[in-house]
Order: sequence, then C-alpha cells, then structure tokens
Amino acid sequence: MAIRERLSGNEAIAYAMKQINPDVMGAFPITPSTEIPQYFATYVDNGEVDTEFIAVESEHSAMSTCIGAEAAGARAISATSSCGLCYMTEMLYIAASDRLPITLAVSCRALSGPININNDHSDAMGVRDAGWIMLFAETNQEAYDNYLMAMRIAESVNLPIMICQDGFITSHAIENIDLVETEKVQEFVGERPLDHYLLKPQETMAVGAYATPVYYMEAKRAQAQAMIDAKDAIRKVSKEFGDMTGRYYDLIEKYEMDDAETAVIMIGSSAGTAKEAIQDLRAKGHKVGLIKVRSFHPFPDKEIVDAVKGLKAFAVMDKDDSFNGHCGPMYAETCAALVAAGVSAKAINYIYGLGGRDVKVSSIEKVFAELEEIAKTGNVGETYRYLEVRE
Amino acid sequence: MAYNLKENLMKEDRLAGGHRMCAGCGAPIAVRTVLRALEPEDRAVVCSATSCLEVSTFMYPYTSWKESFIHNAFENAGATISGVETAYRALKKRGKISENFKFIAFGGDGGTYDIGFQSLSGAMERGHDMVYVCYDNEAYMNTGIQRSSSTPKFADTTTTPQGKAIPGKQQNKKDLVKIMVAHGIPYVAQTTYIGNFSDISTKAHKAIYTPGAAFMAVMAPCPRGWRYPAEKLMDVVKTAVETCVWPLYEVEEGKYTINYRPKEKKPVEEYLRMQGRFAHMFKPGNEWMIEDVQKHVDQKWEELQNLAEIR
Repeated sequence: MAIRERLSGNEAIAYAMKQINPDVMGAFPITPSTEIPQYFATYVDNGEVDTEFIAVESEHSAMSTCIGAEAAGARAISATSSCGLCYMTEMLYIAASDRLPITLAVSCRALSGPININNDHSDAMGVRDAGWIMLFAETNQEAYDNYLMAMRIAESVNLPIMICQDGFITSHAIENIDLVETEKVQEFVGERPLDHYLLKPQETMAVGAYATPVYYMEAKRAQAQAMIDAKDAIRKVSKEFGDMTGRYYDLIEKYEMDDAETAVIMIGSSAGTAKEAIQDLRAKGHKVGLIKVRSFHPFPDKEIVDAVKGLKAFAVMDKDDSFNGHCGPMYAETCAALVAAGVSAKAINYIYGLGGRDVKVSSIEKVFAELEEIAKTGNVGETYRYLEVRE
Repeated sequence: MAYNLKENLMKEDRLAGGHRMCAGCGAPIAVRTVLRALEPEDRAVVCSATSCLEVSTFMYPYTSWKESFIHNAFENAGATISGVETAYRALKKRGKISENFKFIAFGGDGGTYDIGFQSLSGAMERGHDMVYVCYDNEAYMNTGIQRSSSTPKFADTTTTPQGKAIPGKQQNKKDLVKIMVAHGIPYVAQTTYIGNFSDISTKAHKAIYTPGAAFMAVMAPCPRGWRYPAEKLMDVVKTAVETCVWPLYEVEEGKYTINYRPKEKKPVEEYLRMQGRFAHMFKPGNEWMIEDVQKHVDQKWEELQNLAEIR
C-alpha cells in the first residue's frame, strides 16, 4: 500500500534519498535546497541510513567528492541551487565526461545579480551543455518520483542526472504525496551495476585522462550517443515505475492537446498554473492545450514536433533568458527540432517568471489571448517577448 | 624498523618509467619515493591535481600509474581524494570491499598553495584518512613558469619578470606548512630527497600510516623554471637544505621536530647562485636582494628552532 503523506518538495527528495540509502552524499548549504542535506544529515545522525555524509566546504568540493566517490564505485549524491550549481559547473562537465552516474537534486533558483533567492530556471539552464540528463518536476509528487527513477536511468547510460524542481514553489510548499514503500523502492532501485571502478578488487583503473586531439572527439561522440540513448532509458524506467505505482511518465506530458488549436510549452511548476488556465479557457470554448517537458535533456525533439503539428500557434515559455538578443533556450531547442523535421510553425517565445515573479492563471490566459490573435491574423509579430514586465 | 636504502630500492616502483616528465625534474622522484613507502601488500588510490605530473603520466590511452588513479581538475585534489576515501569507508562498512587501501593526493604548488587551497583546507579539516603531498617547484610550471604564492622573493618568473622597475617577485613565499599545522592534523612534514632518501621515505611512511589527514611538502625543483642543468637536481635540493632555505622538519600532533641541522649553515648565496631565476640578484648594485633573502631565511630558521624547542 502506498503511504499518504504531506511533504515539501525538499523533504520528499530527502525522503527518497533515505529510502534509497546511497553510499555517499557530499553537500553544501544554499537556499532553497539547504533543507535537503539538513534532513539527510538528521537521518544519518539518527542512524536511519548508513550513508557517509561529507559536509564539504563548497559546492565545488561537493561535486568533486561525488566524482571521487562515484569513480571509486559508490553511489554518490548531492543537492544544490543557483550559484551553487554555477560554482559546480566545471565539475559537472567532468562528471559527465568521466561517465559517472551521479544524482544531483536541484531546487531551481535565479542567479545573481541582482541577488535573488526565488525561483526561475537560470541555474539549471546555465549548465544545460554540461552533459547531464535533466528531468524537471511540476509537483512535489513528480520530484519524488523522478528521484526514485534517477539512478536507474543514469546508471543505464553512464551519465549523471539532475532532478530539478522549482525553488520555494515546490521545494518549500507542502503538498499531499503518495510515497512508495521502502522495500519496493530498494527493490526498484537495486544495486549500482559496476564494471570498472577505482576500488575494484584485483584490478586497477585510471580515471580522468589527458586526451589529445587524436582521442578527445571520440570521447565526446560516445558521450553524445549516451545522451541519445538516454531517451529510451527514461521511457523504459518510467514504464517500470508506472507499473509499480500506477503513475506513468514520459519525456513530455500532453494536456488537452487532442483538439488544441493553440498551446504553451513549458517546464516545471508553472505547468500546473497553465492547466488551471486551460480548464478555464476550455470552459469558455477555447481549444487550448499544454505540452509539459519533463525531460529537458535529452531533449524530446520528435515528441514535441509531433505534439505541435496541426497547432495554429504556440508559445514556448522560458523561465530564464539566454541573453542572445532573440530567445530563451527552450525556444531555441524547439525551433531546432522543427527545422530538422521540416515543420514550419507560428511560434513565439515568452520569457516569464524570472526571479520568482508570480505566474498567475491570468498570466497564462494573456499568452493564450496573444496566440489566438496570431492564429486569427497569421501575424506572429515579435517572437522574443517578456511576460508581465514593466518596461 | 630502521630505514635501509637497499631494501627500499628493492620495492616495486608504483609509477612506471616512460612518462613524459622532463629530465632533471624533481616531481617523479618525489612521487616514486612516497609511493615506495606503501607496504607491499597495501593498495592505494592516487589522485593528482592537473599539473605537469598529471598530463605527463596519464595521456590516453597510456598510464604510468600502477595503482588506481584519478585526476579530476586543477583545484580539487583534496576534495576528490576525500570522496574516494569516503566511498572506501562506505563500501567497507557494507562489506563490499575487503582489501586495504591508502589514499594519496599529489598537487603542485599552484594546485596546493593557491587554486586548490580551499579544497585542501576542507579535506584536512574534515580529517579524512589520506595524505596530501605537495610537490613544490615554486611556480606554475605546467603553463610556463608563472608566479604562485609559493614562489620565493625576487624569483624571475613570466608573471614577475625581473624588469627595470620591479626586480622579480616582491613577496616572500607563503608558509603553507604552518597553515597545515594550524589545521590540527596529526602529521605534517617538510622534506625533500637528499643523501640516502631516509628523510622523505621515513616521513612518507609516517604520513601514510598515521590515521587521519597528513600533509607533506616536498621540494621538487623544475629545471626549466629554476634554470639549473638537469644533472644538478640533487645538488640544488642538497644546497636548499644546507642553507636552511628548505629545512627538514616534521610536526606530530603539533610537536615540531627538526630532522636535520646543518653542521655549518651555508650562506643563501650558494643556493641562489645555482639557479638562473635568481641571476639578476648577482648584478652589481643588487647585493641588497641577497641580504634581504638571507635575513628572511635566518628569521624563519630561528622561528623554526624556537618552535622545535617548545616542549
């Protein structure tokens, strides 16, 4: 029987960690992910897990210890946010290129400056090219479920994985949640499949070579293939998880898309707000829908192209900005997928919710009003737009 | 057990020859000697910060390391080996490993005194069962001889060139060994390889087999940066010790011991004269520089002797 609980997103992640009982955690406090190592340290000190917890002196060292521990043969985890994720950046690339399936919980927060502790996705999006699998959650339940699936996905392709949720919005808000029994969790997650590792009996291993131009590119191509393969890994593990819990997930979630004429594409908690707006608009006869992206990397290119086919207009919502003068990262990836598939579309980009700017049902309704105007007139106008900002 | 050179040399080298370090470089001697202090039945995981040592010993698809080896980045050898050591404790506790492993990190002075300082300090403070060995060649040699906080005063480096207005580096070398002592770790040593290698070998054994965190500073000259002929390496380190530029000492649980006192402390000039990086100090009118260095060396030696007398 599933266990009914009420937990914040951070506590749900910490609880998942406790149920998994990994070998090593290296972590450093930063708002809003701080609670995760706090809860976990309590489990450690009360003997509820036998994980070795390293309270390091920085996020840089948190990821460095995880790299050392995972290469040694352990399951290593960490948690961070915002500037902490930035400070890890160099190590994130190394974790991916060393093919170490480390699990990192990210409670997403805006980057400085101006300094701001609230949610947007500029931290996670800033490290999007580091080579990590990146799953985003809409709710506390999804954050918990994604975490339970993380190690299985990561270890099947030997890539590290980020389990992202929205800082404060889900990390601190308490929601009803269904927990999986610990025995079932442990059976599902299982042991890390190990081939070569530093502490292997009767065998040595060397990690972190210097690669000249003769070898570097092959290493990167192999890494690229692992990310391509990660799509199937996510589907396979998610299917198994669904069979166990009844909660089925895919790379994207389509909401009211069957007969939709306009839609928004977004990730994270604001998808919940969009669902509310869609219900209201549908009640008034508007054919509107949502494509929620769960897996940002690997990017669900074909899935999104299929989902937007037939739409009269859609908006890609970016909760950060690339500051390239024309669009955010989700829009860029979506447009690349459309071009590759030879599909043309009327698509605009909204930068929204930066630094915790409230995203209301009415905010999303404004986006749909714009989309319906584009659908009616055929004029896309400016594609690079900011939602609800004083200019 | 008394140290025996012959027995020591009979032990297997755990860093294979054929690596790409320069002739006359001190670093591989430091590494081979430290690793030879491992008991033959023990395994080790070795970590290296990005450095000449790393890029010259582990160029894909070849490695010189006979032990398991990890290179992560320039600034995090302390944290990386912390992670490996912690994984060892976790896996040992869970019955997944039975062999005994020791954990040794190597970093140059740039990766230790400067960019890796925070990571090192964290690892030492947390007290992982590990040894951090700084092979100190007193500048960023891998990138082409730039000053570090370990570079001695007046040294000519590519970022402190001896110019018409400023004659080389303007600051004294940072006293990292004392900073390590201040961490309250059980074992800290300063050493190099002179004579029969007894000092470095004995200290490496103590550092590896003292439970908890240990730190060793090993003078490991660089022929390119210091500008001495490759064959003069051993003379340079010997003179560093005889002039008290690099005294041999150790600090066990906070207690200082000087391991070698020169019968007659040689003038620092003898050490400086051997190296091209100090050549400008011997130009007429620059005698004050040599006097300045002598004064600093005398002061540090006095300080050390006072610390060693405290009981």
